[in-house]
Amino acid sequence: MTSRRTAATLLFWLLAPAAAFAHTRGGEAVGFVAGLSHPVSGLDHVLAMVAVGLWGAQLGPPAVWLLPVAFPMVMAFGGTLGLVGVHLPGVEIGIALSAIGLGAAVLFEAKPRLALAAALVGFFAIFHGHAHGTELPQGANGLLYSIGFVIATGLLHLLGIGIGTIHRWPAGRAVLRWAGAAVALAGLAFLWRALT
Amino acid sequence: MPLFLAHLMTTGLGPFYDGLAHLFVTPEDLLPLFALSLAAGLRGPSGGRAALFVLPPAWLAGVFLGRFFAPHWIWPVFSAALTVAFGSLAALDRKLPARIVAVLAATLGLWNGAWNGIELARSGAAVVGTGLGIATAVFVAVALVGALAAALRAPGARIAARVAGSWVGAAGLFMLGWSLR
Repeated sequence: MTSRRTAATLLFWLLAPAAAFAHTRGGEAVGFVAGLSHPVSGLDHVLAMVAVGLWGAQLGPPAVWLLPVAFPMVMAFGGTLGLVGVHLPGVEIGIALSAIGLGAAVLFEAKPRLALAAALVGFFAIFHGHAHGTELPQGANGLLYSIGFVIATGLLHLLGIGIGTIHRWPAGRAVLRWAGAAVALAGLAFLWRALT
Repeated sequence: MPLFLAHLMTTGLGPFYDGLAHLFVTPEDLLPLFALSLAAGLRGPSGGRAALFVLPPAWLAGVFLGRFFAPHWIWPVFSAALTVAFGSLAALDRKLPARIVAVLAATLGLWNGAWNGIELARSGAAVVGTGLGIATAVFVAVALVGALAAALRAPGARIAARVAGSWVGAAGLFMLGWSLR
Protein backbone atom coordinates (compact mmCIF):
# COMPACT_ATOMS: atom_id res chain seq x y z
CA MET A 1 0.00 0.00 0.00
CA THR A 2 2.79 2.37 1.00
CA SER A 3 4.79 1.61 -2.15
CA ARG A 4 1.67 2.26 -4.28
CA ARG A 5 1.20 5.59 -2.56
CA THR A 6 4.86 6.46 -3.12
CA ALA A 7 4.61 5.49 -6.77
CA ALA A 8 1.44 7.58 -7.19
CA THR A 9 3.11 10.58 -5.57
CA LEU A 10 6.18 10.19 -7.80
CA LEU A 11 3.96 9.88 -10.87
CA PHE A 12 2.05 13.01 -9.87
CA TRP A 13 5.23 15.05 -9.58
CA LEU A 14 6.64 13.66 -12.82
CA LEU A 15 3.46 14.55 -14.69
CA ALA A 16 2.93 17.90 -13.01
CA PRO A 17 3.24 20.66 -15.62
CA ALA A 18 6.49 22.55 -15.73
CA ALA A 19 4.36 25.68 -15.85
CA ALA A 20 4.01 25.25 -12.10
CA PHE A 21 7.47 26.69 -11.82
CA ALA A 22 7.20 29.15 -14.68
CA HIS A 23 7.12 32.28 -12.66
CA THR A 24 9.94 33.07 -10.31
CA ARG A 25 10.40 36.54 -8.94
CA GLY A 26 14.13 36.15 -8.52
CA GLY A 27 16.34 36.54 -5.50
CA GLU A 28 13.98 34.96 -2.96
CA ALA A 29 16.27 32.20 -1.77
CA VAL A 30 19.34 34.41 -2.05
CA GLY A 31 17.62 37.17 -0.10
CA PHE A 32 16.25 35.06 2.74
CA VAL A 33 19.36 32.94 3.25
CA ALA A 34 21.64 35.99 2.98
CA GLY A 35 19.53 37.76 5.60
CA LEU A 36 19.52 34.70 7.83
CA SER A 37 23.28 34.27 7.63
CA HIS A 38 24.26 37.92 7.76
CA PRO A 39 23.90 38.48 11.53
CA VAL A 40 26.03 35.43 12.32
CA SER A 41 28.76 36.48 9.91
CA GLY A 42 29.96 39.34 12.10
CA LEU A 43 31.24 38.72 15.62
CA ASP A 44 30.26 42.23 16.75
CA HIS A 45 26.59 41.61 16.00
CA VAL A 46 26.62 38.06 17.40
CA LEU A 47 28.16 39.06 20.72
CA ALA A 48 25.87 42.04 21.23
CA MET A 49 22.74 40.01 20.42
CA VAL A 50 23.71 37.14 22.69
CA ALA A 51 24.56 39.67 25.43
CA VAL A 52 21.02 41.10 25.15
CA GLY A 53 19.68 37.63 25.88
CA LEU A 54 22.15 37.04 28.72
CA TRP A 55 21.26 40.35 30.34
CA GLY A 56 17.55 39.65 29.93
CA ALA A 57 18.02 36.28 31.65
CA GLN A 58 19.85 37.95 34.53
CA LEU A 59 17.12 40.59 34.89
CA GLY A 60 14.35 37.99 34.82
CA PRO A 61 10.72 38.58 33.83
CA PRO A 62 9.44 40.79 32.27
CA ALA A 63 12.82 42.03 30.94
CA VAL A 64 13.74 38.56 29.72
CA TRP A 65 11.14 38.81 26.97
CA LEU A 66 10.66 42.58 26.78
CA LEU A 67 14.24 43.29 25.68
CA PRO A 68 14.13 40.77 22.79
CA VAL A 69 10.74 42.22 21.77
CA ALA A 70 12.01 45.80 21.82
CA PHE A 71 15.34 45.14 20.11
CA PRO A 72 14.15 43.95 16.65
CA MET A 73 11.61 46.78 16.38
CA VAL A 74 14.15 49.50 17.15
CA MET A 75 16.81 47.72 15.08
CA ALA A 76 14.43 47.74 12.11
CA PHE A 77 13.80 51.43 12.71
CA GLY A 78 17.57 51.98 12.45
CA GLY A 79 17.63 49.88 9.29
CA THR A 80 14.78 51.93 7.82
CA LEU A 81 16.71 55.13 8.54
CA GLY A 82 19.62 53.64 6.59
CA LEU A 83 17.37 52.55 3.73
CA VAL A 84 15.83 55.99 3.26
CA GLY A 85 19.30 57.56 3.31
CA VAL A 86 19.42 59.11 6.79
CA HIS A 87 23.07 59.29 7.77
CA LEU A 88 23.97 58.08 11.24
CA PRO A 89 27.42 59.18 12.43
CA GLY A 90 29.76 56.73 14.16
CA VAL A 91 27.84 53.56 13.39
CA GLU A 92 30.83 51.25 13.91
CA ILE A 93 31.68 53.05 17.15
CA GLY A 94 28.09 52.66 18.29
CA ILE A 95 28.21 48.91 17.60
CA ALA A 96 31.48 48.58 19.51
CA LEU A 97 30.00 50.56 22.42
CA SER A 98 26.97 48.25 22.40
CA ALA A 99 29.23 45.24 23.01
CA ILE A 100 31.07 47.13 25.76
CA GLY A 101 27.86 48.40 27.38
CA LEU A 102 25.91 45.16 27.21
CA GLY A 103 28.96 43.11 28.24
CA ALA A 104 29.49 45.42 31.24
CA ALA A 105 25.80 45.14 32.16
CA VAL A 106 26.13 41.34 32.22
CA LEU A 107 29.48 41.50 34.05
CA PHE A 108 28.15 43.69 36.86
CA GLU A 109 24.65 42.15 36.79
CA ALA A 110 23.30 45.69 36.39
CA LYS A 111 19.64 45.95 37.40
CA PRO A 112 18.37 49.33 36.18
CA ARG A 113 14.68 50.16 35.88
CA LEU A 114 13.00 48.28 33.05
CA ALA A 115 12.39 51.42 30.97
CA LEU A 116 16.06 52.38 31.23
CA ALA A 117 17.23 48.88 30.25
CA ALA A 118 14.86 48.88 27.26
CA ALA A 119 15.99 52.38 26.24
CA LEU A 120 19.66 51.37 26.45
CA VAL A 121 19.11 48.22 24.39
CA GLY A 122 16.98 50.20 21.92
CA PHE A 123 19.66 52.87 21.56
CA PHE A 124 22.26 50.27 20.62
CA ALA A 125 19.79 48.49 18.33
CA ILE A 126 19.59 51.54 16.06
CA PHE A 127 23.29 51.23 15.20
CA HIS A 128 23.04 47.51 14.50
CA GLY A 129 20.02 48.00 12.26
CA HIS A 130 21.58 50.88 10.38
CA ALA A 131 24.84 49.05 9.75
CA HIS A 132 23.66 45.55 8.97
CA GLY A 133 20.08 45.84 7.83
CA THR A 134 20.90 47.65 4.63
CA GLU A 135 23.72 45.42 3.38
CA LEU A 136 21.65 43.71 0.69
CA PRO A 137 23.62 41.42 -1.63
CA GLN A 138 23.32 42.04 -5.37
CA GLY A 139 20.24 40.43 -6.91
CA ALA A 140 18.62 39.56 -3.58
CA ASN A 141 15.06 40.29 -2.54
CA GLY A 142 15.18 43.13 -0.01
CA LEU A 143 12.13 42.17 2.01
CA LEU A 144 13.07 38.50 2.34
CA TYR A 145 16.61 39.53 3.25
CA SER A 146 15.15 41.68 6.03
CA ILE A 147 12.87 38.89 7.26
CA GLY A 148 15.86 36.52 7.44
CA PHE A 149 17.87 39.18 9.22
CA VAL A 150 15.16 39.77 11.85
CA ILE A 151 14.67 36.04 12.45
CA ALA A 152 18.41 35.39 12.85
CA THR A 153 18.73 38.30 15.26
CA GLY A 154 15.80 37.02 17.30
CA LEU A 155 17.29 33.54 17.38
CA LEU A 156 20.57 34.97 18.69
CA HIS A 157 18.59 36.60 21.50
CA LEU A 158 16.96 33.27 22.26
CA LEU A 159 20.39 31.64 22.31
CA GLY A 160 21.51 34.24 24.86
CA ILE A 161 18.40 33.65 26.98
CA GLY A 162 18.99 29.89 26.76
CA ILE A 163 22.57 30.23 27.93
CA GLY A 164 21.40 32.71 30.57
CA THR A 165 19.25 30.07 32.26
CA ILE A 166 22.42 28.90 34.05
CA HIS A 167 21.94 32.06 36.11
CA ARG A 168 19.91 30.05 38.63
CA TRP A 169 23.04 28.29 39.92
CA PRO A 170 25.84 30.15 41.76
CA ALA A 171 28.50 28.69 39.44
CA GLY A 172 26.40 29.60 36.42
CA ARG A 173 26.08 33.14 37.71
CA ALA A 174 29.88 33.42 37.82
CA VAL A 175 30.20 31.96 34.31
CA LEU A 176 27.72 34.53 33.00
CA ARG A 177 29.70 37.35 34.56
CA TRP A 178 32.88 36.05 32.90
CA ALA A 179 31.00 35.86 29.62
CA GLY A 180 29.95 39.48 30.09
CA ALA A 181 33.58 40.42 30.68
CA ALA A 182 34.58 38.62 27.47
CA VAL A 183 31.91 40.47 25.46
CA ALA A 184 33.02 43.81 26.92
CA LEU A 185 36.68 43.06 26.08
CA ALA A 186 35.73 42.10 22.53
CA GLY A 187 33.81 45.38 22.37
CA LEU A 188 36.99 47.24 23.31
CA ALA A 189 38.76 45.49 20.43
CA PHE A 190 35.93 46.49 18.06
CA LEU A 191 36.22 50.07 19.33
CA TRP A 192 39.97 50.08 18.72
CA ARG A 193 39.38 48.80 15.17
CA ALA A 194 36.70 51.43 14.55
CA LEU A 195 38.89 54.27 15.77
CA THR A 196 42.09 53.30 13.95
CA MET B 1 12.92 46.80 -6.78
CA PRO B 2 11.10 43.46 -6.36
CA LEU B 3 8.78 44.87 -3.67
CA PHE B 4 6.79 46.80 -6.23
CA LEU B 5 6.34 43.80 -8.49
CA ALA B 6 3.76 41.81 -6.55
CA HIS B 7 3.53 39.30 -9.42
CA LEU B 8 0.95 36.58 -9.51
CA MET B 9 1.91 32.95 -9.51
CA THR B 10 1.37 30.77 -12.56
CA THR B 11 0.73 27.29 -11.21
CA GLY B 12 -0.55 25.86 -14.49
CA LEU B 13 -3.65 24.65 -12.66
CA GLY B 14 -5.92 27.58 -13.48
CA PRO B 15 -6.73 31.00 -12.02
CA PHE B 16 -8.22 29.72 -8.75
CA TYR B 17 -5.04 27.84 -7.86
CA ASP B 18 -2.91 30.75 -9.08
CA GLY B 19 -4.75 32.91 -6.55
CA LEU B 20 -4.50 30.24 -3.86
CA ALA B 21 -0.73 29.99 -4.30
CA HIS B 22 -0.23 33.74 -4.58
CA LEU B 23 -0.72 34.50 -0.90
CA PHE B 24 1.74 31.91 0.32
CA VAL B 25 4.58 33.17 -1.90
CA THR B 26 3.95 36.88 -1.34
CA PRO B 27 5.44 38.11 1.94
CA GLU B 28 4.03 41.60 1.29
CA ASP B 29 0.55 40.08 1.75
CA LEU B 30 1.39 37.27 4.14
CA LEU B 31 3.17 39.37 6.78
CA PRO B 32 0.37 41.85 7.57
CA LEU B 33 -2.19 39.03 7.40
CA PHE B 34 -0.17 36.92 9.84
CA ALA B 35 0.26 39.87 12.22
CA LEU B 36 -3.43 40.79 12.16
CA SER B 37 -4.51 37.19 12.66
CA LEU B 38 -2.11 36.91 15.59
CA ALA B 39 -3.34 40.15 17.18
CA ALA B 40 -6.97 39.17 16.60
CA GLY B 41 -6.49 35.63 17.90
CA LEU B 42 -4.77 36.89 21.05
CA ARG B 43 -8.01 38.75 21.80
CA GLY B 44 -9.80 35.41 22.00
CA PRO B 45 -12.44 33.73 19.84
CA SER B 46 -14.47 36.94 19.29
CA GLY B 47 -11.45 38.78 17.86
CA GLY B 48 -10.47 35.78 15.76
CA ARG B 49 -14.00 35.45 14.37
CA ALA B 50 -14.12 39.17 13.49
CA ALA B 51 -10.94 38.81 11.41
CA LEU B 52 -12.00 35.48 9.91
CA PHE B 53 -15.34 36.69 8.58
CA VAL B 54 -14.36 40.23 7.55
CA LEU B 55 -10.91 39.84 6.01
CA PRO B 56 -11.60 37.38 3.14
CA PRO B 57 -14.68 39.21 1.73
CA ALA B 58 -12.93 42.56 2.13
CA TRP B 59 -9.89 41.16 0.29
CA LEU B 60 -12.11 39.87 -2.50
CA ALA B 61 -13.88 43.23 -2.75
CA GLY B 62 -10.47 44.90 -2.90
CA VAL B 63 -9.41 42.64 -5.78
CA PHE B 64 -12.51 43.70 -7.75
CA LEU B 65 -11.97 47.37 -6.92
CA GLY B 66 -8.27 47.20 -7.84
CA ARG B 67 -8.98 47.45 -11.57
CA PHE B 68 -10.06 51.07 -11.05
CA PHE B 69 -6.71 52.10 -9.59
CA ALA B 70 -3.25 52.58 -11.00
CA PRO B 71 0.11 51.38 -9.65
CA HIS B 72 1.58 53.92 -7.27
CA TRP B 73 4.31 53.96 -4.62
CA ILE B 74 1.67 54.46 -1.92
CA TRP B 75 0.39 50.84 -2.23
CA PRO B 76 3.47 49.10 -0.78
CA VAL B 77 4.12 51.96 1.65
CA PHE B 78 0.69 51.80 3.30
CA SER B 79 0.74 48.01 3.28
CA ALA B 80 4.09 48.14 5.10
CA ALA B 81 2.65 50.64 7.58
CA LEU B 82 -0.23 48.24 8.26
CA THR B 83 2.31 45.44 8.83
CA VAL B 84 4.15 47.58 11.39
CA ALA B 85 0.88 48.53 13.10
CA PHE B 86 -0.48 44.96 13.29
CA GLY B 87 2.90 43.53 14.36
CA SER B 88 3.07 46.14 17.12
CA LEU B 89 -0.49 45.35 18.22
CA ALA B 90 0.41 41.67 18.52
CA ALA B 91 3.66 42.50 20.35
CA LEU B 92 1.88 44.81 22.80
CA ASP B 93 -1.02 42.35 23.25
CA ARG B 94 -3.40 45.29 23.69
CA LYS B 95 -7.06 44.65 24.36
CA LEU B 96 -9.01 45.38 21.19
CA PRO B 97 -12.81 45.20 20.87
CA ALA B 98 -13.99 42.85 18.12
CA ARG B 99 -15.44 45.74 16.08
CA ILE B 100 -12.01 47.44 15.98
CA VAL B 101 -10.50 44.15 14.79
CA ALA B 102 -13.18 44.06 12.09
CA VAL B 103 -12.34 47.62 10.97
CA LEU B 104 -8.62 46.77 10.83
CA ALA B 105 -9.37 43.57 8.90
CA ALA B 106 -11.52 45.49 6.41
CA THR B 107 -8.75 48.07 5.93
CA LEU B 108 -6.10 45.42 5.27
CA GLY B 109 -8.39 43.38 3.03
CA LEU B 110 -9.49 46.30 0.89
CA TRP B 111 -6.00 47.75 0.60
CA ASN B 112 -3.94 44.67 -0.16
CA GLY B 113 -6.80 43.20 -2.21
CA ALA B 114 -6.85 46.32 -4.37
CA TRP B 115 -3.08 46.10 -4.73
CA ASN B 116 -3.53 42.51 -5.95
CA GLY B 117 -6.35 43.70 -8.23
CA ILE B 118 -4.06 46.24 -9.87
CA GLU B 119 -1.56 43.50 -10.66
CA LEU B 120 -4.34 41.25 -11.96
CA ALA B 121 -5.59 43.98 -14.27
CA ARG B 122 -2.06 44.65 -15.51
CA SER B 123 -1.32 41.00 -16.20
CA GLY B 124 -4.71 40.34 -17.80
CA ALA B 125 -5.43 37.44 -15.45
CA ALA B 126 -8.95 36.20 -14.69
CA VAL B 127 -10.12 38.45 -11.87
CA VAL B 128 -12.97 36.31 -10.53
CA GLY B 129 -11.12 32.98 -10.39
CA THR B 130 -7.86 34.41 -9.09
CA GLY B 131 -9.65 36.67 -6.62
CA LEU B 132 -11.63 33.73 -5.23
CA GLY B 133 -8.41 31.74 -4.90
CA ILE B 134 -6.72 34.58 -3.00
CA ALA B 135 -9.75 35.06 -0.72
CA THR B 136 -9.85 31.32 0.01
CA ALA B 137 -6.16 31.32 0.90
CA VAL B 138 -6.76 34.36 3.14
CA PHE B 139 -9.60 32.51 4.90
CA VAL B 140 -7.45 29.43 5.48
CA ALA B 141 -4.47 31.45 6.73
CA VAL B 142 -6.56 33.58 9.12
CA ALA B 143 -8.39 30.50 10.41
CA LEU B 144 -5.14 28.65 11.13
CA VAL B 145 -3.17 31.51 12.70
CA GLY B 146 -6.15 33.06 14.49
CA ALA B 147 -7.27 29.74 15.98
CA LEU B 148 -3.74 28.92 17.09
CA ALA B 149 -3.37 32.31 18.79
CA ALA B 150 -6.84 32.13 20.38
CA ALA B 151 -6.02 28.73 21.86
CA LEU B 152 -2.88 30.00 23.60
CA ARG B 153 -3.37 30.00 27.36
CA ALA B 154 0.05 29.39 28.88
CA PRO B 155 1.87 32.67 29.61
CA GLY B 156 5.00 31.40 27.85
CA ALA B 157 3.06 30.61 24.67
CA ARG B 158 1.45 34.06 24.66
CA ILE B 159 4.88 35.64 25.07
CA ALA B 160 6.15 33.59 22.11
CA ALA B 161 3.23 34.95 20.05
CA ARG B 162 4.09 38.49 21.13
CA VAL B 163 7.74 37.96 20.18
CA ALA B 164 6.56 36.69 16.76
CA GLY B 165 4.46 39.86 16.46
CA SER B 166 7.49 42.02 17.17
CA TRP B 167 9.48 40.16 14.52
CA VAL B 168 6.72 40.79 11.98
CA GLY B 169 6.55 44.44 13.04
CA ALA B 170 10.32 44.71 12.58
CA ALA B 171 10.11 43.08 9.15
CA GLY B 172 7.32 45.56 8.35
CA LEU B 173 9.57 48.46 9.27
CA PHE B 174 12.22 47.12 6.91
CA MET B 175 9.47 46.67 4.29
CA LEU B 176 8.59 50.34 4.78
CA GLY B 177 12.23 51.28 4.29
CA TRP B 178 12.58 49.22 1.12
CA SER B 179 9.38 50.67 -0.34
CA LEU B 180 10.44 54.23 0.42
CA ARG B 181 13.93 53.71 -0.96
